Amino acid sequence: MTLSTTQALTDEGRRALIGTMVLIRTYEEAIRAVYYADKKPAFDIGAGLVPGEMHLSAGQEPVAAGICAHLTPEDALTATHRPHHLAIAHGVALRPMTAEIFGRETGFGHGRGGHMHLFDPTTHFSCSGIIAEGLPPALGQAFAFKREGSDRVAVAVTGEGAANQGAFHESLNLAALWKLPVVFVVEDNDWGISVPRARSTSVASNADRAAAYGMPGVRVEDNSVEAVYAAAGEAIARARSGGGPTLIEVHTLRLWGHFEGDAEGYRPDLESVQEHDPIPLYRDRLLESGVLTDGQYQAMQASAVEQVEDAIEFAKNSPTPDPLDHLSYVFSEGVNS
Amino acid sequence: MTATLPSHDQSLALAIEPEAGKRKLSTAKAIQEAISQRMVRDESVFVMGEDVGPYGGIFSSTTGLIDRFGPERVLDTPISESAFIGLGIGAAVEGMRPIVELMFADFFGVCMDQIYNHMAKIHYESGGNVRVPMVLMTAAGGGYGDGTQHSQCLWGTFAHLPGMRVVVPSNPYDAKGLMTAAIDSDDPVVFMFHKGVMGLGWMAKNERSIGAVPEDEYLVPIGKARVAREGTDVTIVTISLSVHHSLDVAEKLESEGISVEVIDLRSLVPLDREAIVRSVSKTGRLIVVDEDYQSFGLSGEVIAVVAEHDPTLLKRASRVCVPDVPIPYARELEYAVLPTPARIEAAVRDAVAI
Repeated sequence: MTLSTTQALTDEGRRALIGTMVLIRTYEEAIRAVYYADKKPAFDIGAGLVPGEMHLSAGQEPVAAGICAHLTPEDALTATHRPHHLAIAHGVALRPMTAEIFGRETGFGHGRGGHMHLFDPTTHFSCSGIIAEGLPPALGQAFAFKREGSDRVAVAVTGEGAANQGAFHESLNLAALWKLPVVFVVEDNDWGISVPRARSTSVASNADRAAAYGMPGVRVEDNSVEAVYAAAGEAIARARSGGGPTLIEVHTLRLWGHFEGDAEGYRPDLESVQEHDPIPLYRDRLLESGVLTDGQYQAMQASAVEQVEDAIEFAKNSPTPDPLDHLSYVFSEGVNS
Repeated sequence: MTATLPSHDQSLALAIEPEAGKRKLSTAKAIQEAISQRMVRDESVFVMGEDVGPYGGIFSSTTGLIDRFGPERVLDTPISESAFIGLGIGAAVEGMRPIVELMFADFFGVCMDQIYNHMAKIHYESGGNVRVPMVLMTAAGGGYGDGTQHSQCLWGTFAHLPGMRVVVPSNPYDAKGLMTAAIDSDDPVVFMFHKGVMGLGWMAKNERSIGAVPEDEYLVPIGKARVAREGTDVTIVTISLSVHHSLDVAEKLESEGISVEVIDLRSLVPLDREAIVRSVSKTGRLIVVDEDYQSFGLSGEVIAVVAEHDPTLLKRASRVCVPDVPIPYARELEYAVLPTPARIEAAVRDAVAI
């Protein structure tokens, strides 16, 4: 599903994009079902197979698919508290990722991390639950890539609320100053939990903030996966060739709540939000233009379901961590304190 | 995450705490030498922070390094502690060995998320799959009139949070060996030097801040306390500049027939609990001297170690710390809160009177 080219999209590339989006959505729907399945009748956030906060990415698939089409597993990708779409698009293996979300011994972190703390060394994927604080480590990955003389890049994804954090601005300045091969991506889903961006952000486009740091800034409207693909292609190529960082803001869509269990009473667009679901919109466009056939789409769905069911079965059937092993992994060597 | 950079040379076994020899260095020069020798051997080691380049570090921790290794490996940063500490974390994750200076420990407030939510937790969250071999070097301590925001020790705060080694040398020999061990460690190490032990020409200093240091590389293992002075009547457990104050007091009281044992912990994490218990088993009297704030910190922890091991060992336990007030500016006030030799002496006399 990874395209290494930055050239114009081919039809095959378009099918890869929708395929990635379908896989992500299938995954999120399955996690959502598992999450709620044993939290009935009364919702108890700590109960069930998958406890804790659950931030799902439905609606934001175009960002993940459009960016990751330009990345290889050698490139680093840093995500937020809402990380699944980016992990999947970057090629993170579903089995250990799902096992980690289930808190199992076979998960990436042996159950120490959970859904906001997924680390996959194979694809240099990581995420952080602290707003904007995933950006500084991405600078360091880019620094290491530059120092080794490679053309590897680091992509740091965050939300529009993070653009008001100090770490965001410190990171942009330092990345531009040292011309680091990093691409900053802001997912503007209109909401910082319940606060609309109009009440949190002084500028209409966070891409305008790039000018303050002497780097290119691009805003992609309409949650368009192809527009994300084009903007990301240019930015990543610039980073690979030593041209330094870029800031991309994508106006995307939070189809579901901030976290599962969020009734979204603050949201005036609840009734119409489904009309903007990017997957049927893009699918229909591809079907109408003949790029995609019904058969191909159904095959994508079937493949996605198969992969997701496999991962969930793997997680469910994996052992839970041994409670006696609760002191492990604080340090790589020696005792804990 | 995959070390594609020149890998760290672990094959060369270093001497562990060799004889000190005759050559004398300040603590600052000992730190510089440790960093420099590791940088020669290992291309993945680099230094980064505010004023670590031509200035050489505000407290001379990096003097001369830029002349030797150039601006590509000794990097002055913007005043953006979150960004550059985070940069160190990311570089470490990808196999480099950064030494990042936070100019004053007091400045942790602007970057603590990177330190305790990222540097200290990534190894744990990843179930041991991602290592963060990074040194966070920072200056601590008061006594020179720098006020509430530039005089704190705060090592207890770092030590309280899991996932960081916390190292606090008191003298040049330990500083070099502990810095070498910190660079070699696959875990994040917070390396805290008290300004008063650096041997700076522009600050009052104890004579022991200049001392004998071997020229070759060597290790002082992180987590091993040192018996700085043997004694039989009372144990002082302490760290950093307070080690020197305690030794001065011990020397003075020797002529009165009071025998004081001084334990230099050298690190808070790991804490050498055995060394504490061993000494108190001998003396039965424990005084903890700590320039950090008194409550919820190192001093209470040390006493708890003994109490949990065997409370009957203790005839007496007390502490000489900074009471729970910010460090004042006026000299008279600052020296009223610091663990001065006079306060330590009074505590020893009090302890042996029982």
